[in-house]
Amino acid sequence: MAFFTEELEIKNERLGDLEPMSNLMNGARILLECLVRENVDCIFGYPGGVTLPLYDVLYDHPIRHVLVRHEENAAFAASGYAHATGKAGVCCATSGPGATNLTTGLVDAMMDSIPVVALTGQVTSKLIGTDAFQEADTFGITRSCTKHNFLVKDINELAQTIHEAFYIATTGRPGPVLVDITKDVLQGQAHYTPVHEIHLPGYKLVTEGHAGQIRRAAQMMWEARRPYVYAGGGIIAAGASGELQDLVETLDAPTVCTLMGLGGLPSSHPNFVSMPGMHGSYAANMGMYECDLLIALGVRFDDRVTGRLAAFAPHAKVIHVDIDPAEIGKNRAVDLPIVGDVKKVLTKLNRHLKEFAPTMQEERAADRAEWWQTVRNWKEEHPLQPVFSATEIKPQHLMYEIDRISGGKAIVASDVGQHQMWAAQFIRFDEPRLWVNSGGLGSMGYGLPSAMGAQMACPDKTVFAIVGDGGFQMALPELATLVNYGLNVKVIIMNNGYLGMVRQWQELFYNNRKSAVELSAFPNIEHLGAAYGIKSRIVHTPAELQAGLKEAMEENGPYLMDVRVSQYENVYPMVPAGGAINEMVLAPPQPVAVPK
Amino acid sequence: MLVTLSILLENKPGALMRVTGLLSQRGYNIESLTVARTLDPTLSRMTIVVDVETRLRPHLLKQMNRLINCLQANDLTEGPNVVRELVLLRVRAAQENRTAILKEAEIFGARVVDSSVEGFALEATGDGEKLDEFVAVMATYGEIEVTRSGAVAVSLEPKKLRLSPPVPKAQGEPAGTVK
Ligand SMILES: Cc1ncc(C[n+]2csc(CCOP(=O)(O)OP(=O)(O)O)c2C)c(N)n1
Ligand SMILES: [Mg+2]
Repeated sequence: MAFFTEELEIKNERLGDLEPMSNLMNGARILLECLVRENVDCIFGYPGGVTLPLYDVLYDHPIRHVLVRHEENAAFAASGYAHATGKAGVCCATSGPGATNLTTGLVDAMMDSIPVVALTGQVTSKLIGTDAFQEADTFGITRSCTKHNFLVKDINELAQTIHEAFYIATTGRPGPVLVDITKDVLQGQAHYTPVHEIHLPGYKLVTEGHAGQIRRAAQMMWEARRPYVYAGGGIIAAGASGELQDLVETLDAPTVCTLMGLGGLPSSHPNFVSMPGMHGSYAANMGMYECDLLIALGVRFDDRVTGRLAAFAPHAKVIHVDIDPAEIGKNRAVDLPIVGDVKKVLTKLNRHLKEFAPTMQEERAADRAEWWQTVRNWKEEHPLQPVFSATEIKPQHLMYEIDRISGGKAIVASDVGQHQMWAAQFIRFDEPRLWVNSGGLGSMGYGLPSAMGAQMACPDKTVFAIVGDGGFQMALPELATLVNYGLNVKVIIMNNGYLGMVRQWQELFYNNRKSAVELSAFPNIEHLGAAYGIKSRIVHTPAELQAGLKEAMEENGPYLMDVRVSQYENVYPMVPAGGAINEMVLAPPQPVAVPK
Repeated sequence: MLVTLSILLENKPGALMRVTGLLSQRGYNIESLTVARTLDPTLSRMTIVVDVETRLRPHLLKQMNRLINCLQANDLTEGPNVVRELVLLRVRAAQENRTAILKEAEIFGARVVDSSVEGFALEATGDGEKLDEFVAVMATYGEIEVTRSGAVAVSLEPKKLRLSPPVPKAQGEPAGTVK
């Protein structure tokens, strides 16, 4: 044995002689080397004792580090970055409190299948288990917050582990992966050898889709008289927008995109109905109810979409395409499952569909005309349209104006609450990766930091952060980050004076007893902006709204806008929790007068 | 219903926690769990008996297979398989019962692993029901103390192990900055 190691040492020495540059480096540098090879250009993080070695090598390294003001926001920013690019977002935190602060962001990324790689420092391996200063069981705590996690205690495993983390985060069903690295690993020295291979024997990826099932799916689609496409975040994750568009055009099927799938089919596309679900449009939800074939693509039949399962799409056969086998049949029995990458599956499916298109399109023409007429009737009966008032700014009016500026092209990061639902209803997205929000977890405080991440990723795009007066205050410290990095984010606070979404539920289901929802003592935004050095403005009336937004757009840098909207507006339509999707509570009649 | 799962797991720190965490996270109660190394010391084989709603049974298997440290999870509740459990039992035996106890032990195929003036320590294997009976019978002779291993199961059909092959790592730009 001793013989063997000696031999190795000699060999290494010789190699060292031959190479002009020694590849002996510390763990922190090996880590950065791996990040560069993963094409990471930006890390959102916050330093601390055990990550000092990492921050020392970051000091003069071209990878940009964005110093957020709270680790939760590092994870949210990484998620915003990933939303906007499809690449893994990277965040970093120290041991103990730094790592525990990341957890909400990790669960958020888990719920929405967003690729995030989190790097955390851990106390020196010798000290693990001794309740050392700032020791927390990060590996244990984040087990259920991540798609997978690692603890690295041996520097020789560092490079391989980092690359595995990126591989797991970005392939299959994307998700967060955390790598906890002890300080002695970051500090220790080792020879760096590039990693050429990832071997995860138990990581089962099914991407191709079963050929026979795909053929049968095409057949079912042509047989259906009222096909309906239900497209979700999987379309965005797989980059399958083009294939989706191709499919719905060939079939001429009405299509809904979920909260996570908005932009999967351009909102301006004639086949796009709108968003379905709890606050989906009347037409979108009625379509779900009446269709005879539900084509579910990259979705998970979330309860916020389906309402009471027994009453969801009761007349429909279901085709479900998803990369995660565990999603198939989880909530709704499926007639035809296809496990695979939705882009690959749709590519093949489109070929089969087109084979029969010349005859089938004609054969189905009458059915489609009738089906579309039904959908159009629903749209006319209860249109999803903004409401306006001459005296106060309706929240819907605000979204309408933002939509007008965006023209389907801006990145909109939203927080969680009523404003999120109105933004989803009224702002159009003509491309994927423009709509950034916390869907599955519904984490307040997400909007501002995720907008920062998206802005870092896409500096040339217009980026809005649409936040409530509640959620804004959860992310308040990040105003400093906006200034620090000159991030051109337009922060639009939809200020209704309340935790609006909770107030709405109290009004509708708890006799309007407004308990702990009033947000008194909201700071004066113009003073706050001045304190941070951010241009800002309070907008009270509809007349000021356009001018205010214009000013925001003209400002070359962050902008803060406090828009005072009518306080007691509710989001409609609404499927009450556990209700049937076709039994929506509709908006009471409102004056509709389109502003000049 | 009680479902018997056989799981081939990478023998890595935290791997067991992922399996038990998955079950507790979904509110399933573990009836028994055994785990030990396989012939390949980098792997462990677990047998878990867990109480799951029938409807969720296929879903549970998919969830298990989704774990990256899990190479294979099979449902052995039905189908050709052998399930065995070991029980170690101490029974205090009065002098006049000793022969009867040994007779009973023989009927159940149990072995005496220790004998003293106070009584016997016995070892028996079998399926759960047989062992339940064995324990009940022994309890009639006096005070007993019982330790059971939980079920271990083996399928009598070969289960094809599908492992993901290595994938080449796409090489990004090497860092030009290494000093
Ligand atoms: C971290 C967190 N805490 C609590 C909630 C519950 N919640 C959902 S919406 C909401 C109100 C949000 O208020 P605000 O930010 O003002 O937005 P609005 O609904 O008024 O548009 C609350 C408290 C949540 N989603 N996230
Ligand atoms: Mg509010």
